[in-house]
Amino acid sequence: MKSAVVVFPGSNCDRDAATALEQLTGEKPHMAWHADPSLPDVDLIVLPGGFAYGDYLRCGAMAAQSPIMRDVKKKADDGVALLGICNGFQVLTETGLLPGALIRNADLRFVCRPVALEVDETQSIFTRRYSKGERVVFPVAHGEGNYVADEETLNRLEGEGRVAFRYAPGDNPNGSARNIAGILSEKRNVLGLMPHPERVCDPLLGGTDGVALFKSLIETLS
Amino acid sequence: MTDITPEIVREHGLSDAEYAKVKELMGREPNLVELGIFSVMWSEHCSYKSTRAHLRKLPTKAPWVLQGPGENAGVIDIGDGDAAIFKMESHNHPSFIEPYQGAATGVGGIMRDVFTMGARPIAMMNALRFGEPDHPKTRHLVSGVVSGIGGYGNCMGVPTVGGEVNFHRSYNGNILVNAMCVGLAKTDKIFKSAAEGAGNPVVYVGSKTGRDGIHGATMASAEFSEDSEEKRPTVQVGDPFTEKLLLEACLELMATDAIIAIQDMGAAGLTSSSAEMADKGGSGIELDLDHVPQRETHMTAYDMMLSESQERMLAVLKPGREGEAERIFKKWELDFAVIGKTTDTGRLVVKHEGKVVADIPVPALSDAAPVYQRPFTHRAPKAQTFAIDENRPVAESLLKLMNTADLCSRRWIWEQYDQTVMNDTVQSPGGDAAVVRVHGTKKGLGITTDVTPRYCKADPFEGAKQAVAEAYRNLSAVGAKPLAVTDNLNFGNPEKAEIMGEIVAGIDGIGEACRALDFPVISGNCSLYNETNGEGILPTPAIGGVGLLKDVDRMATIAFRREGDAIILIGETKGHLGQSLYLREIEGREEGAAPPVDLAAEKRNGEFVRGLIESGHVKTAHDVSDGGLLVAIAEMAMAHKIGTHIALPEGAKAVPFLFGEDQARYVLAAPQHEARRIVAEANAAGVPALLLGMTGGDKIVIEDPANSRQIGHVGLHTLIRAHESWFPRYMGGEEIPLTN
Repeated sequence: MKSAVVVFPGSNCDRDAATALEQLTGEKPHMAWHADPSLPDVDLIVLPGGFAYGDYLRCGAMAAQSPIMRDVKKKADDGVALLGICNGFQVLTETGLLPGALIRNADLRFVCRPVALEVDETQSIFTRRYSKGERVVFPVAHGEGNYVADEETLNRLEGEGRVAFRYAPGDNPNGSARNIAGILSEKRNVLGLMPHPERVCDPLLGGTDGVALFKSLIETLS
Repeated sequence: MTDITPEIVREHGLSDAEYAKVKELMGREPNLVELGIFSVMWSEHCSYKSTRAHLRKLPTKAPWVLQGPGENAGVIDIGDGDAAIFKMESHNHPSFIEPYQGAATGVGGIMRDVFTMGARPIAMMNALRFGEPDHPKTRHLVSGVVSGIGGYGNCMGVPTVGGEVNFHRSYNGNILVNAMCVGLAKTDKIFKSAAEGAGNPVVYVGSKTGRDGIHGATMASAEFSEDSEEKRPTVQVGDPFTEKLLLEACLELMATDAIIAIQDMGAAGLTSSSAEMADKGGSGIELDLDHVPQRETHMTAYDMMLSESQERMLAVLKPGREGEAERIFKKWELDFAVIGKTTDTGRLVVKHEGKVVADIPVPALSDAAPVYQRPFTHRAPKAQTFAIDENRPVAESLLKLMNTADLCSRRWIWEQYDQTVMNDTVQSPGGDAAVVRVHGTKKGLGITTDVTPRYCKADPFEGAKQAVAEAYRNLSAVGAKPLAVTDNLNFGNPEKAEIMGEIVAGIDGIGEACRALDFPVISGNCSLYNETNGEGILPTPAIGGVGLLKDVDRMATIAFRREGDAIILIGETKGHLGQSLYLREIEGREEGAAPPVDLAAEKRNGEFVRGLIESGHVKTAHDVSDGGLLVAIAEMAMAHKIGTHIALPEGAKAVPFLFGEDQARYVLAAPQHEARRIVAEANAAGVPALLLGMTGGDKIVIEDPANSRQIGHVGLHTLIRAHESWFPRYMGGEEIPLTN
């Protein structure tokens, strides 16, 4: 599986994503600079966590206008797998590749801790190696991860099986509607999620629950 | 040009004698720009004029020390061509006035100190002191400082992995915010600040210069009074996004060989960076301020030389390499400007709008800066004369202690810090020391910050020794070999003989402990004048310690891991209750002597415990500090919710044994068969060791075998609720009883 990680000014989980990808695919991902006009042909594009453009204006708003995003959108429309983690998820909602928006955490504080998630949907290239309802623990680290969308959109996401991950009942760290932690695009080739799977791929770092997400992709895309 | 009147000299914080010396060194009256430059360079903050004579006594060398004090940060060799670079620095005064920005720019400043030397920052720590919880400002300050530290560090993508927090009324008007940064570099790619050679371009990179922070260094060198709020405009505003770009751009430039010297613009901005670089290089520097990137219009030379705008660096490049450097900074969308050159005149010459506006011999700003042998008096240490109620139920006392401001869980704080970004945090907050892996290797760095200010108040010498010893212990308890420390000396007004006595005794105590423990001081910072309306803080010499684990798989944490393990107490227990939290929180008194520190025992016991962890025999260890033995055991039990039965040894009195704060002690847990062997080995090595009991159950049960009875028990569920609830309830605005 060939992969690329997009680096915006202010990205700071780009190295973490690259480390996890290299560890699991045996191949270093291509690191793409936000000002590049296009990406090479890859099987997976990752928009990493961080504070692209300082998250000034609105999280992800300026990154969504970066030159490289035109090609990212085009490739996503063509069906290339696209994974947005944390700030990457925020960029995806700002570009319109995923519906809804991520606003400030309900308690207005940044939160970094392991949270329990439930895998809500296994019919996707990102989650096929998990079992339905499986509990996994990923860390979160964000100040603006509170997922909101209108009722109709939320109903549609649920109706179409596009809620990939939910915070386990009682462990919603940010007030997200219907405990939503990660959602799929209509074509199911785009996943945005606030928790960090790339931080749980090494037993020394508090778990390996994130491995199955990358293994799902490798299995499908290699 | 403005006439220099005695009022203007006083406003610049210079004494009459100091001003006379300025005139003598200049051979004339200085102009206002020059006076401003002298005022910041000779401020306590930049010149260390009260402490320099004493700091010289600290041990700073060891075979593994590559750079001691004097550079932006200290450097140690951690093997395989890797170097750890670290320093701790205060941002106390600005954080009191404007807690979010004060704390944020404190984090930004210390990160620049580390990456200016070529290191990628890999971990942040902090040491925070606030006033008493029910003081009307405390909640606001805690909230602002914590979100400021998080706001900056999280955006930088550097994990904040631990720290310490205390509350005491002596900090009501003067909180302490000390931030420590640890970075990694290769030993052959370390950058220093000596601007050597003449005719080399001096370049300015980073953010534009504005009028923020003018005279910050002078502010940090004076006491506070009621009108300190009016100083808000001297607090700088941080922009962590720009700093992240600056970090990446600097590291990219450092991968080339274009740099001769580089230094961040911290306190006293352009003035101190240019003067210090010229001084270290034995050269001169000529600056043309017309080329300085400016954020505001009509800035004067005075404004530009004294601005403390953040996220800026000054570098000296090899001639002809400007274009290459400029391309890198433009890529990262940062300002880049050649603003001067090095000279062989030994003078700092500043031009503005075609005129020379300052011309000062560089040594006048450094070597000739005043050094004071301030008079000091040593107060007799407090003696231990107090009585306690021996019959107070120990379980109730434990429950109460775990719900106090100083012993409750700090989860509310550290959950606001990204602790795991960079994917190398092997041990995060809540243990004895944080452990961060050296990326791509099995090695790890143990990191801790420690000081117990109430001990330092009772006995500044023993208290300072204790701070170093506790750092040594916290590192040993995770299995890290302690290598070096950075010190952040927070004290009151050095012009008072009694405060100066605390400073001298504190430095002597650190020196003695660091020598005995082979734990040299490689960087540091002094913050004096921590007084408001004449009331000084508790002496607070914070110690940041760094140690090395050869293999992070051989590491200990504080958690009991399984039922049926034996619990071993290492170190001698005399039951020292003077200055203990038990005495303060349960008996309501701050009395008695600080616990004495036996450095030979610290070394012996620490090496023994570390050996057990390194050899893989022990995976659970915890140092005994604030609150004493029972608090340590409670923390170990709460971590994975595994209870314990312990028994008092023969002849021990419950309260002093369980709550005394004797030093050089650890609690270990190990399988039964291992435990007996460990105790035998310890005794053979002259290390006191005692089997205390067993892990298991969902309670902490304390027995006294002398009369075969249980003297107390507390359920883990109750204990955890007490431990976890204080902070969220307090920050949520619920009434909290006065704790000190």
